[in-house]
Amino acid sequence: MSQASETETTDGTGRIKSVSGPVVTAVDLDARMNDVVYVGDEGLMGEVIEIEGDVTTIQVYEETSGIAPGEPVENTGEPLTVDLGPGMLDAIYDGVQRPLDVLEEKMGSAFLDRGVDAPGIDLEKEWEFTPEVEAGDSVEPGDVVGVVPETVTIDHKVMVPPDYEGGVVESIEEGSFNVEEAVVTLENGEEVTMRQEWPVREKRPTVEKRTPREPLVSGQRILDGLFPIAKGGTAAIPGPFGSGKTVTQHSLAKFADADIVVYVGCGERGNEMTEVIEDFPELEDPKNGNSLMARTSLIANTSNMPVAARESCVYTGITIAEYYRDMGYDVALMADSTSRWAEAMREISSRLEEMPGEEGYPAYLAARLAEFYERAGYFENLNGTEGSVSAIGAVSPPGGDFSEPVTQNTLRIVKTFWALDADLAERRHFPAINWNESYSLYQEQLDPWFQENVAEDWSERRQWAVDTLDEEGELQEIVQLVGKDALPEDQQLTLEVARYLREGYLQQNAFIDVDMYCPPEKTYAILSTIQTYNDEAFDALDAGVPIEDITAIDAAPKLNRIATQEDWETYVAELKEELTEQLRSLY
Amino acid sequence: MKEYKTITEVSGPLVYAEVDEPIGYDEIVEIETPSGETKRGQVLESEEGIVAIQVFEGTTGIDRNASVRFLGETLKMPVTEDLLGRVLDGSGNPIDGGPEIVPDERRDIVGAAINPYSREYPEDFIQTGVSAIDGMNTLVRGQKLPIFSGSGLPHNDLALQIARQATVPEEEGEGDDGSEFAVIFGAMGITQEEANEFMEDFERTGALERSVVFMNLADDPAVERTVTPRLALTTAEYLAFDKGYHVLVVLTDMTNYCEALREIGAAREEVPGRRGYPGYMYTDLAQLYERAGRLKDRDGSVTQIPILTMPGDDDTHPIPDLTGYITEGQIMMDRPLHSQGVQPPVNVLPSLSRLMDDGIGEGLTRADHADVSDQMYAAYAEGEDLRDLVNIVGREALSERDNKYLDFADAFESQFVEQGFDTDRTIDETLELGWDLLSTLPKTELNRVDEELIEEHYREDAAAAGDEAEEVSAD
Repeated sequence: MSQASETETTDGTGRIKSVSGPVVTAVDLDARMNDVVYVGDEGLMGEVIEIEGDVTTIQVYEETSGIAPGEPVENTGEPLTVDLGPGMLDAIYDGVQRPLDVLEEKMGSAFLDRGVDAPGIDLEKEWEFTPEVEAGDSVEPGDVVGVVPETVTIDHKVMVPPDYEGGVVESIEEGSFNVEEAVVTLENGEEVTMRQEWPVREKRPTVEKRTPREPLVSGQRILDGLFPIAKGGTAAIPGPFGSGKTVTQHSLAKFADADIVVYVGCGERGNEMTEVIEDFPELEDPKNGNSLMARTSLIANTSNMPVAARESCVYTGITIAEYYRDMGYDVALMADSTSRWAEAMREISSRLEEMPGEEGYPAYLAARLAEFYERAGYFENLNGTEGSVSAIGAVSPPGGDFSEPVTQNTLRIVKTFWALDADLAERRHFPAINWNESYSLYQEQLDPWFQENVAEDWSERRQWAVDTLDEEGELQEIVQLVGKDALPEDQQLTLEVARYLREGYLQQNAFIDVDMYCPPEKTYAILSTIQTYNDEAFDALDAGVPIEDITAIDAAPKLNRIATQEDWETYVAELKEELTEQLRSLY
Repeated sequence: MKEYKTITEVSGPLVYAEVDEPIGYDEIVEIETPSGETKRGQVLESEEGIVAIQVFEGTTGIDRNASVRFLGETLKMPVTEDLLGRVLDGSGNPIDGGPEIVPDERRDIVGAAINPYSREYPEDFIQTGVSAIDGMNTLVRGQKLPIFSGSGLPHNDLALQIARQATVPEEEGEGDDGSEFAVIFGAMGITQEEANEFMEDFERTGALERSVVFMNLADDPAVERTVTPRLALTTAEYLAFDKGYHVLVVLTDMTNYCEALREIGAAREEVPGRRGYPGYMYTDLAQLYERAGRLKDRDGSVTQIPILTMPGDDDTHPIPDLTGYITEGQIMMDRPLHSQGVQPPVNVLPSLSRLMDDGIGEGLTRADHADVSDQMYAAYAEGEDLRDLVNIVGREALSERDNKYLDFADAFESQFVEQGFDTDRTIDETLELGWDLLSTLPKTELNRVDEELIEEHYREDAAAAGDEAEEVSAD
């Protein structure tokens, strides 16, 4: 149920039968499955999750301390919906789309009180509406009727809601309006406002899903270079604690070349969300230099906020993402972490005493995960535009063990897998993405883009890097037994090259300004410089130069410093020359 | 207030009673046994006609004739600034023989979640005087940084050392001892001996007068342990956000807390999660750990150092695992280091402080801090790896470069990490010590340090000295 509309009780009021944590049962309540209800004298928000005879089971989105049997339960008669309209960017919401800044003001406290409601978008604020159709034009559901400048970066397209019939425009307004005033009236009497409501558990309709062909450039070398994700693609980042899931997610949220970013902090740390709230307004959008918040919508359900709202927050997030996709934008959604969402399902399921599946998770875990990731994709929208939702979910497997159900069920659906590795994190190799375990199934369909926009030989170079790293992996096993010096010289050289690949190419420092974002051109340049070193060094070796002399040249360590150069183009050009010169002078 | 004599079932820590009025979830209950003893409990589940009560002080002595009173409110902690210097039991009653506590206010112990929008991101460096923490895993004000330990390791000594030495350097000398921390100590299921150790240290150093101690000992009822940390944190929040104190909360031992949760879960016949711990343990722990931080427009802060002993030293056990997913890093105690006599035996490799990057650097600690710590991590990790190899092929078979890394790893443990529990090192001392060690490696190996910083700090003589020493030994 939307917080914006009048909360009239449409059906019979029930009363509470029992309370156990976030699960409340009620009797005499006339409600449908998934209806939103208000529980108790304080009116706590909840959702119907089971109906058995006269007993209705409700998951409550707020703390239930002090709630007693006998208190009333009111039904709103509507499922959980979000308010969609201008004002969602540069906003921070809890799991049921209550703006946290408004809550702070209303509660007058830094602590989240309960029973306080707030609409998802400001109902009073007036927006400048510019029409894009005229009276007499015929409009279909999904069609754009006008534009509102929502932030400096984003024009918000006002659309005919998908559940309207559509028809001929009778009248259209221009000027300042709030989101509840009709800006377009159709001849059949339907009125279009800047605000729509949409049930979160239902996907917004489109014409068709297409194969994504364009990469979501992330500015992270290991991702763009080795394991790219497409616009409209899906990815999972599993990893044990401390391996850098959140830093990777934050980097993606900051630098991915999406038009809109929806960041869902699901059951994670409060300070992490605060970091986003404090950092993002000051960071520049790499595309246009505006504030990053101008394209970002945040949803924060921290780990200590009520568990039922954690279950709903990913749906709230993806519904907002789909709405901006309908306008023709490329949207990237980050969910950190989907494991907390799955655990919320498990917690609720266990309170319902459902028969547990694997490791106590409900049997419908796989279905819910698949349903969620299927809402991502590259779509043709109802209004003919193309838009995409890319979904990137962090997974927090217990004990870092990837064989657990959430990781496994996620991997069955997503096409990109970025495996974080505690071992790499321990030696401060960041991003700690394991290059042997990770994969991207988008590589082939994205290669043409990279070849056209970055470099002809993009995929060959990538293959070289992968081969070298693979070889290193095998050699390392031998080194563990006999020591490096026992290897033949060419293998020692391979190890040396692979080390530069790891340190100079794969590692990237998210805390240094010049290195936190790496454009694909620079990614390519670093790789090609290392390959230059490789080729020249092997030539020298063939010419009989001892390995010690080859590795001792003083230009080689500079390979690790390309990443932190402001003027990397000049640096790379000079370094390539220097490497060639120094190596050739050896023979 | 109505009294019921309607207990139908007593099972472990749980009591079921029939009622004829609606009872609020989480409400406090008093149960009087026929022998006149009063026990307190909390409503775990409330249904029309019957409630399940979790009894804090154990159910011994409760029979069907015991009378049950519902107090009509949830559990509250009486808070006042006068609590500083007091010792309380696990339920918040004074046990130091001091005067009765006159509360300013009574606060609900189930703290409401802090609105993330109202938080302020923690970035004030806390100098603990411990190099392995300050240099490599910096603690900041408002952070929650647990100590992962094992039975028999000196985690308590480390916690005491931190509590004793923690200061925020920049504020020193501003008077009002603004940089001193108020310490809240929440003990859950620790032994009397451990408790004495803590108390003696508090009294010896005079820390007691700025501390509030909550003691639930090993022979106190297990269920009480689920309340103790909440009382401690409620007090901490009051002192921090109402009275402007910087509060350091030490909770020990979280493993005992989780055992108590499991006990209650089992008694309620809940579907168990991993290793028998309840499925909601993540949420439950988060409700404790997330009560740390700073708020916009408030002076105080709550910094948490929970201690937990990992069963079997296994960090994938549900308790450390779930904790690690909530807290902002962890300090890992290490058994081999302990047996080598390194004090404190902190293994920096699996340790981590997530808030470090924003709390260090120019203006906060020193410009070279991040690079030095990064480089030492990488070098120590490399040295550690080589140790395995040495066991197989011997030192002679390794290159000169590898030998330097091995020496570095040894020196790192014996000079940098090792400092004893009474040494208080400033951050400058810690970083200079870092440079001493890094300078034993060739300059070209320092690929994580900015070139300018190398010029500024690298000790040419140290490297040369190292080389000479080696040449001599090679002869």
